Amino acid sequence: MPPSMPPHAPLLFVNARLVDPASGVETRGGLLVLDGRIADLGPALIAQAAPQGARIVDCAGDVLAPGLVDMQAFVGEPGAEHRETIATATAAAAAGGVTTIVAAPGTSPPVDDPAVVDFVLRRARDTGRVRVLPLAALTKGREGREISEFGLLREAGAIAFCDGKRSLRNAQTMRRALTYARDFDALVIHFPEDRDLVGEGVMNEGELAMRLGLAGVPREAEAIIVDRDLRLVQLTGARYHASIVANGLSLAALEEAKARGLSVTCGTTINHLTLNENDIGDYRTFLKLRPPLRHEDERRLLVEAVANGLIDVIVSDHDPQDVEMKRMPFAEAEAGAVGLETMLAAGLRLVHSGDVPLPTLLRAMSTRPAEILRLEQGRLAKGAPADLIRFDPDEPFVVDPAELHSRCKNTPFDTARLQGRVKSTFVAGQSVFERRSD
Amino acid sequence: MPQKPHPVFPHRHLLGIEGLSRIDIVTLLDMAEEAIEVSRQVEKKRATLRGRTQVNLFYESSTRTQASFEIAGKRLGADVMNMSVANSSEKKGETLLDTAMTLNAMRPDILVVRHARAGAVHLLARKVDCAVVNAGDGAHEHPTQALLDALTIRRHKGRIEGLTVAICGDVLHSRVARSNIILLSALGARLRAVGPSTLAPDSLSRLGVEVFHDMRSGLAGADIVMMLRLQRERMNGAFVPSSREYFHFFGLDEEKLAYAAPDALVMHPGPMNRGVEIDSSVADGARSLIRDQVEMGVAVRMAVLEALAQHLPNV
Repeated sequence: MPPSMPPHAPLLFVNARLVDPASGVETRGGLLVLDGRIADLGPALIAQAAPQGARIVDCAGDVLAPGLVDMQAFVGEPGAEHRETIATATAAAAAGGVTTIVAAPGTSPPVDDPAVVDFVLRRARDTGRVRVLPLAALTKGREGREISEFGLLREAGAIAFCDGKRSLRNAQTMRRALTYARDFDALVIHFPEDRDLVGEGVMNEGELAMRLGLAGVPREAEAIIVDRDLRLVQLTGARYHASIVANGLSLAALEEAKARGLSVTCGTTINHLTLNENDIGDYRTFLKLRPPLRHEDERRLLVEAVANGLIDVIVSDHDPQDVEMKRMPFAEAEAGAVGLETMLAAGLRLVHSGDVPLPTLLRAMSTRPAEILRLEQGRLAKGAPADLIRFDPDEPFVVDPAELHSRCKNTPFDTARLQGRVKSTFVAGQSVFERRSD
Repeated sequence: MPQKPHPVFPHRHLLGIEGLSRIDIVTLLDMAEEAIEVSRQVEKKRATLRGRTQVNLFYESSTRTQASFEIAGKRLGADVMNMSVANSSEKKGETLLDTAMTLNAMRPDILVVRHARAGAVHLLARKVDCAVVNAGDGAHEHPTQALLDALTIRRHKGRIEGLTVAICGDVLHSRVARSNIILLSALGARLRAVGPSTLAPDSLSRLGVEVFHDMRSGLAGADIVMMLRLQRERMNGAFVPSSREYFHFFGLDEEKLAYAAPDALVMHPGPMNRGVEIDSSVADGARSLIRDQVEMGVAVRMAVLEALAQHLPNV
């Protein structure tokens, strides 16, 4: 992995459309990489200015942007290697332009012990192509009862604390976790979902669920927990991030909390920004997600919130499920979709539709997650790590599940027409993915 | 036997009422009328499905629907096999699709499927080569029940258009209600849903029905009172506090029935919980169509099997 990489030859990108989502600035020019970091950038950097022995990459007008930082992806190790491994997840990430994966803690065993954090980091070093930062569980065993060893887990390398897609039922436990996290200045990431209110629900509550005869999940199942959490953040002063919000009720609460100056941030998934409940059609289980896809009106609100910055982060919510768990009646099928490899291209739909400017999209996929996690990535600036992606945002392609690098092919974008596929990906100046031209 | 040829039924499967046109529905009802005649003769056998294999694959236990499909298939000359998977393969961990593929390899012509999950029959229909009939999937649809209810109504009232039909009870979880709402609306009836808000939520109005939470106003002037079965697990505090409270407010007795039209008729898809959703005096009374519904069930299923047989390969 990057920290131990040997020094290598200078690398000069020329003729690029440099998009820095951190500053919002877009320039034509070049970018020089020395020792895995960005040494210089700007219009003056042309091939003739290359240092001795430099490798020159002519970007031919393509976008050069910071690699994506995905705050929520399941990498399978340890314990679910039949669904994904760090090798396959990071291969998918590299092909999708994700240079930093924040790994979900819901493994088996869960990441609730420093030894498991260490295991994930070592597996990432030995088998990963991109950076992998493990989340640690918020509570022991992700059982929602006792808070985990924040201090020791952080020292072992845990980037933040989260129980994955298990929401804390008990407000007292949540309060204690937030209070204790404050002493370590640790970030608490929480998936807001009232499990009792979800009950048997498997899709958005509304007319479509009624027509399909499926039990619905009201928007309140998410918003109630967001409301509760925000009050507890106010009470404790902790740093809090709602991992996935997917409806307008939650957004309204978050907007108000942010206006009051609470240190809260939130994310949503690429699926909830680009799909809605109608995509479920005739019980398509690849569209079964948690939280469920909602009405088009809610999707519009989410897109608007990305455009205005209320939603800080877009995640892939990469959740590989093998076919056996999906080829079932809708209510019994597992929820989840792979997404590392398609998140950028799917996100570009919002750019092409004119709803979100390109730098804003990239900001939610790189700069903001990096800032929230206090990483140096996510910007094109002198001194920043040379985690870079090159793509032509207009290049059309059809998603072919067979070509995906993930072990599982449960993509909701099966045979979708997208635009803007990553051509090459660099981590700390090293090439980790190069698309063969077909 | 047919007096005049019926329009061709254009579907390969019968997965739900949704997706059927008015003509499709009327065709099935007209075909069922002829099947009633057949069923009332001493010689009840026809040869439409001779040599064909019909498999009744029931993932949920059912007495009347399964028996009804079995008799319908046999009267048309098919070889009928009943498989109650509720107590075989699924317990051994075989998935729905594996069972389907196994059955498919035995080359049945018609597969009649009941499953506890919505959409399960659609999933299966995508994977097998034969015609598939939905005999009830979760809270989604139960198309043959709606057809037999429509046939029963049409025979007693002479029409469906313009009638007011009150569907009472657990509308939320009922596939019978869903299929009936779609079918009877398509044929021009006015639909009402009557029940406590936990079982007949106001959001049902999105399906084009008028929602009532009081039996007296819900039944006022109704031509048809269709009672639904209340599952036992829903009456112990989960959706209603107790069966006695439910019966007090929503059970159909003579007193509540008096609010309906003077010539209103009473229906129930069965099996009934006497004293919970319906009083015995009403269930067995002169205005009850409950036994007629059972007879119509066989006729409608014969019609459906016959309609689908039009598309079965002959080589």
